[in-house]
Parts: sequence; C-alpha cells; structure tokens
Amino acid sequence: MRSIFPVISVLLVIVGLWWVAVAPMNVRPALDMAERSGAEVIPEGPVARRDVSVWRLMLDNSDYVAVGYALDRPRLPTPTQVGQELWKTTGAMVMKGRAWSKRSLIYHGWITLQSTLWGFLLGTSLGIIGAVAIVYSRTAQLSLLPWAIISQTIPIVAIAPMIIVLSSQVGVEGRGLPKAIISAYLCYFPVLVGMVKGLKAPETSQLDLLKTYDATGVQSFLKLRLPASLPFLFTSLKVGIAAALVGTIVGELPTGAISGLGARILIGDQFGTPLAIWSALFTAAVLAGLLVTLIDLIQRLSLRRMGGQA
Amino acid sequence: MSALLIAIVFWVAAWGANIWLSNSRWSETIPVRIAVPVLFGVTLLVLWEGTVRSLGVSPVILPPPSMVGATFAASLEVLWIDFVQTVVKGAFRGFAIGAAAAFICAVLIDRSAFLTRGLLPIGNFFAALPIVGIAPIMVNWFGFDWQSKAAVVVVMVFFPILVNTVEGLRASDTLQRDLMRTYAASYGHTLLKLRLPAAMPFIFNGLKVATTLALIGAIVAEYFGSPTRGMGFRISTGVGSLSIDLVWAEIAVAAMVGTSIFGLMAWIERRVTFWHPSHRNR
Repeated sequence: MRSIFPVISVLLVIVGLWWVAVAPMNVRPALDMAERSGAEVIPEGPVARRDVSVWRLMLDNSDYVAVGYALDRPRLPTPTQVGQELWKTTGAMVMKGRAWSKRSLIYHGWITLQSTLWGFLLGTSLGIIGAVAIVYSRTAQLSLLPWAIISQTIPIVAIAPMIIVLSSQVGVEGRGLPKAIISAYLCYFPVLVGMVKGLKAPETSQLDLLKTYDATGVQSFLKLRLPASLPFLFTSLKVGIAAALVGTIVGELPTGAISGLGARILIGDQFGTPLAIWSALFTAAVLAGLLVTLIDLIQRLSLRRMGGQA
Repeated sequence: MSALLIAIVFWVAAWGANIWLSNSRWSETIPVRIAVPVLFGVTLLVLWEGTVRSLGVSPVILPPPSMVGATFAASLEVLWIDFVQTVVKGAFRGFAIGAAAAFICAVLIDRSAFLTRGLLPIGNFFAALPIVGIAPIMVNWFGFDWQSKAAVVVVMVFFPILVNTVEGLRASDTLQRDLMRTYAASYGHTLLKLRLPAAMPFIFNGLKVATTLALIGAIVAEYFGSPTRGMGFRISTGVGSLSIDLVWAEIAVAAMVGTSIFGLMAWIERRVTFWHPSHRNR
C-alpha cells in the first residue's frame, strides 16, 4: 500500500509529459489548419515549413500552438481527447442503451475477451498436460522441452495469417477459433514452465513419505504434487492471461478482422482516425489490468483457503 | 495412401526409438540429448509431408515441407533482402536502442527508492500490455521505412528489460553491500563490482524475452505499411496472392532467426553468469 503515492505521482508525471509532448507533435498539422482558415503563419506554406524544426515553428507561431490541442485527427491526441473518446464509445453508449452496438468498445472488448478466454483455456490445459507428461516421462522431457522453448522463439505473428487462411479452408467459420489458437500458442509456454517447476517442487522426503503410506501414483499426484504446484501455477497464469490477450490482438491485427479491439486498431489506421486507435489501445490496457487482477484475487483466495501465506 | 502409411510407420518407429534412447543408460549423454528432440522434430515433418501428400491437400492451403524447402532454396535472394530489411535494420537497431535506453533508465531509477517503488508496478503493467497495437501509430509518425519498425521494437523491448534490470539491481543482499561499505567502495564501485554482476541473470532474462518481442514487433509493424520488401510485407502479400510456399519459407527464416538469437543470448549469458548456481557443474 505504501507504494500508492509513488505510483500515482509517477503516473501524473507521465500524463504531464504526454500533455507537453502534444504541442511539438501536433504543431505542423495545427499550423496547416490555421493557415487554411486564413491565419498568418511563419513561414508560409507546408512545404516551406517542412525544413524548419518544430521548436522554431512553435516559437514563431506561439498563438497557434493551442490549435494542436483540439485537432480532429491529431498525430498525438491529448489525454483528455482520449478520455472523451473512451467515454463516448463506452459509458455514453451504455447510457443510451446501445452497449452492444458495433461502434461500442464494450462490444469489441467482449469479442476480444471471448477469444482470449478460449485461448487461455486451451493454452492452460495444453501447458498443464504437457507439464504432467514432462514430469512423468523422461521421453517426453527429452523430446518436448527443447521444442517448447524453440516454439517461443518463433514469432507467432508470422504464422497468424496462415492459421486464419488454413482454418477458413478447412471449413471453420468465423475468426474465433484461429484467434484462440494464436493466443493459446502464446500462453501455453509460461504455464508449462511454471507447472514443471511446481510439480517438481515436492522434496524427495515428502515423496518417500507417501511411498511408505503405500500411496498410488495417482494419489501422490493429487495429494502432493498438484497442491504443491498451485503457487507456481497461479504465478504463470498471470503471465499467461496477459500473453493470451496479446495473442488475440495480434490475431486480429494483420488479418482484416472486423470486430475485436485489434480490428478497431486496424480500422482506425485504415480510416485515419487516430482517436479510435488510442481508445482501443487503452481499452486493451484496461482489459489486461482487469484480467491480471482477477487471477491475482483468485490466487489470494485459494492460497488462503489452502493455509498458505498469500 | 502409401505416403501416409510410411509416415505412420516412421512415426511409430521414431517414437519407439525415442523411448528406448531416453530410458537407455546413455540418456544423460549429449548426443542422446540432441538426437531425441531432433528425431521428434523430424517425425513431425514426416507426418506433415505424408498427410499432405496422401490426402491430396492443395499446396495453396498447406504445402508439404519438401515444397517449402525447394522454394526456400530457389528464393534465397528474396529471403536475404527481407531478412536485412526486417531483422538487421528494424529489429536489431530497435533492440539495441531499446535495450540501452532501458538499461540506462534502470540504473538511474535505481538511485531513488521513490522512483523504484513508483515505476516498478507501472513497468510491470506495461510489460503485460499488448504494445504491438501501437504499430500503426508508429508507422504514421516515422514513415514506412525501417525507422517506424525500430520505434515499435524500442517500445516493446523497453519495459521487460527495465523491470528485470531494476529487480536485478536489488538482488544483491544487505550483507554483500555492507561488505562493500567496509571496503569504502564508492557508489560506482559497488555498482560495477557487485550489483551489476549480481543483476546479470535478471538482465539476461529480460533480454531473452525481448528478443522474441523484437521480431514480433518488426514483423507486425510491416503489416501497416512498408517498402516493397521485408518479412512482414512478404507474408501479408504472400497470403493474399496464394504463394503460400514462400510464406512458409519466410516463417522458416523467422524461426531460424528467432532460435539462433535466443541461442546466442543463452550462450552469452552462460559466459557472463558462469558463477550462477544454475550454470555450475556443466
């Protein structure tokens, strides 16, 4: 709790720097606009201004710097502009009862969240199954583990368009499944590594004790290895869900999707509406924060019930 | 059907061989540790080839590995141009700038307990965000050429390296720092002789995560506009023009680049952190 004050002040500084940066970033389009509406700008014409540094432009035309804070299509929007856009596409739409309209970020966030959760489910199960196989079979350990590491060094985005082409050819309708596969690909690895560590966490003496109780393999798995691995599992689940969200958004970005936060970014780029990109990015950030916090909460609750110190 | 049959026979045989090898008394030797995963990978390729051939899958959907290999060999020149554009110009430069900036920031932040407490949670949060989404913004700011790709890579690699370095700098314990004080070591001395070496395992963790991110960033940024070369450009146009074999060849390049950079990082790490418990007895 004692870090709340430093965190807030650092955040304030970041927002302040952002606010200040808007002026130099937007001064050129702002001057172009001022000139078109008949104002005197030094030097005249966008071509002549291209060779002048932004600082010089801001000094010479200090009256029009403010224009840069209210552009429709800014190169860098102000924090307030982003906030307003966010409110317009979320809260305001809920008030009007149109939360599920195609223009609402709640709708697009929900589409992204669905794929993320499916991918998370798929990736987590794959990771846990793989970890169990690796812990119990030496063959699996020798043959799977190196490939699991190699798979993470392959940039998945290179394969993302392929997965979508493949699944549409095979006859899978919609983009839900391919996006889920991509996010599962990104999220299984942390779970796998964490679970291998966790399942191997019990000491030999503990395993031996279970042997003296004549416990079967299944029993020692359920009563010792699995509970011992839970703290490791939750830590990697937090990494995994963030990775799953990245995977879904990457799956939506390059592939011409029409719904989902990644698609909003893509469409914002194609139609030249930076505010749409920025608000989609912030929604994705909020979503990531919520998901990680949720897992953190479940972790605290379940570890406390198990008698651990959470 | 015969191709599929051969593939399945090969699969079963390889599986048996792997089980035998990994349970044999040579299972700890280096040749076996390399042979088993290689056999596993080859089996996957053989299964892929056999399935695609026997089921008559159109090469437009999924080309067999042999065809990808032939395309790879035939278009080395194109692949090299794309490699230079995406990896050498975009990813490497971005990675170098981002890593250096993150490292310097981390050392500066570390001097103030206030900043460390404030920035660490924020950095952790940013490291978990889908930062690739800024790619269109960067292309808008820095133009189509490699500068915008490098910019995306800088932002993507910055936070993981920053967070790991800051955490690493706090890794040396009080006892060790007190010892440095009794030697009357200055801040710079303590940093160079004790805290940076102690931070190295953490820093390399961050660097290894960042290598993959750098490639992802450089490739995704090309989907939003690039000169008519580059791996991301070739993949997105290849999918559109149904030259899927070339796309798979690019994927193979990406896989090789990713794996070898990661391997290089791991190798440097072992040289630098030879003292760490996880590298002893090797």
